Amino acid sequence: MPSSVQPVTVEVTVNGNKYRREIEPRMLLVEFVREELGLTGTHIGCDTSYCGACTLLLDGKPIKSCTALAVQADGCEIMTVEGLEKDGQLHPLQSAFSEHHGLQCGYCTPGMLMSSYSLLQENASPSRDEICKGIAGNVCRCTGYQNIVKAVDAAAKQVQEG
Amino acid sequence: MYPAPFQYYRPDSLQEAIRLLTKFGDEAKVLAGGQTLLPMLKMRLGDMSHLIDIGRLPGLSHIEQKGDTIHIGALATHADIAASDVAKTIPLLSDCGGGIADKQVRNRGTIGGGLSVADPSGDWPTGLHTLDTTVVCVGPAGERKVAIADFIIDSYTADLQDGELVTEVQIKVPPANSGGAYLAFKRAAPAYPTSTAAVQLTMDGDICKDIRMALGASASKAVVCEEAENALRGQALTRENLEKAAALIVAASEPPADARGSEAFKRAMLLSIVIEAAERALARSKGEEIKGGHRYA
Repeated sequence: MPSSVQPVTVEVTVNGNKYRREIEPRMLLVEFVREELGLTGTHIGCDTSYCGACTLLLDGKPIKSCTALAVQADGCEIMTVEGLEKDGQLHPLQSAFSEHHGLQCGYCTPGMLMSSYSLLQENASPSRDEICKGIAGNVCRCTGYQNIVKAVDAAAKQVQEG
Repeated sequence: MYPAPFQYYRPDSLQEAIRLLTKFGDEAKVLAGGQTLLPMLKMRLGDMSHLIDIGRLPGLSHIEQKGDTIHIGALATHADIAASDVAKTIPLLSDCGGGIADKQVRNRGTIGGGLSVADPSGDWPTGLHTLDTTVVCVGPAGERKVAIADFIIDSYTADLQDGELVTEVQIKVPPANSGGAYLAFKRAAPAYPTSTAAVQLTMDGDICKDIRMALGASASKAVVCEEAENALRGQALTRENLEKAAALIVAASEPPADARGSEAFKRAMLLSIVIEAAERALARSKGEEIKGGHRYA
């Protein structure tokens, strides 16, 4: 980093693990998560705040991590797509995306999963319209969305039924 | 994409933020939610070597009603405002805050940022033009209150003096029998709106006692038209009267032809959404519950 710029210290908890890194202040959160922490599940898509591939949860709320500085997350809790799986078991959303063919190339999938996860946290049994609105900030160029909506609906029902 | 290198400051107090902003002047930018600033910095638009992060300043995220005035802290996010009790009092705030961009952006973007940027297609500047809105700015010379119509000077130009920050937005609670609505048409949730319209009105029985209308994304700042409003004051809000007034305000707009549509398409869209916004406002003035303010594919 240029010698004139003061580095900043960032401490975050990601998927339950604590990390502390010294970085350049201009580092974006998505690059911090991918390159500093090696959590490459979060994708960089459009890099302009449009596509949502970089969606992760910051203090429980979905955000586009290409449009946040890592230093803005200092002291916060982050959940990335890697945090969905528990003890080798896929989250019901992940299983449902697989079963319902809710992905083709898979590039948008981490963001779709995090937005869907956030939606189900707020609304355990969303209507089709609510699912569409819940993933409106995530672009998929393969599926035409139909199977993604089906997968979220199926996962919601599975979680409800336990 | 990375922004160009900058020094980062996270002041603990408003006074310290103002001191830094005054010291660095044009060399500094203020970061709140960052939903406009960060994409601009990534595209290397605008020189900047000092970034002042006010995102954690205390006491600037409140959303509350005191007497007949609603006070919204500059750092209140679009999502927080949409989910707040004040959005139930003034549904237009729910339409605006709940429909800006997408959920991810609404969780970060702030009302103070949205007003300071003064983007002509921004939702808050247009929506708030139809309410009694005052923008509170604090700078080295102290506090200043500016009416929304004066605060938004032109495209991307707000009335912020050197070293000043927006700290609060104050909105007068509309009188009884009032209703309002904000409607935006956009190609997709995260896209900038193609056309937007806001209407706030007060009824006296079937007669329109007062009305304010504004169009967004249709000129270098929100389009207002006294002639259109005067055509409706003291009148019944029949479809015919609304169509006449809508034609007047749309005639006063200058929607630019761009990738979002031709001028003719946008004029047709404006006509349609301003009439519908007025009809929604009228229904809400009678206590009807109508949800949603942004339309997209």
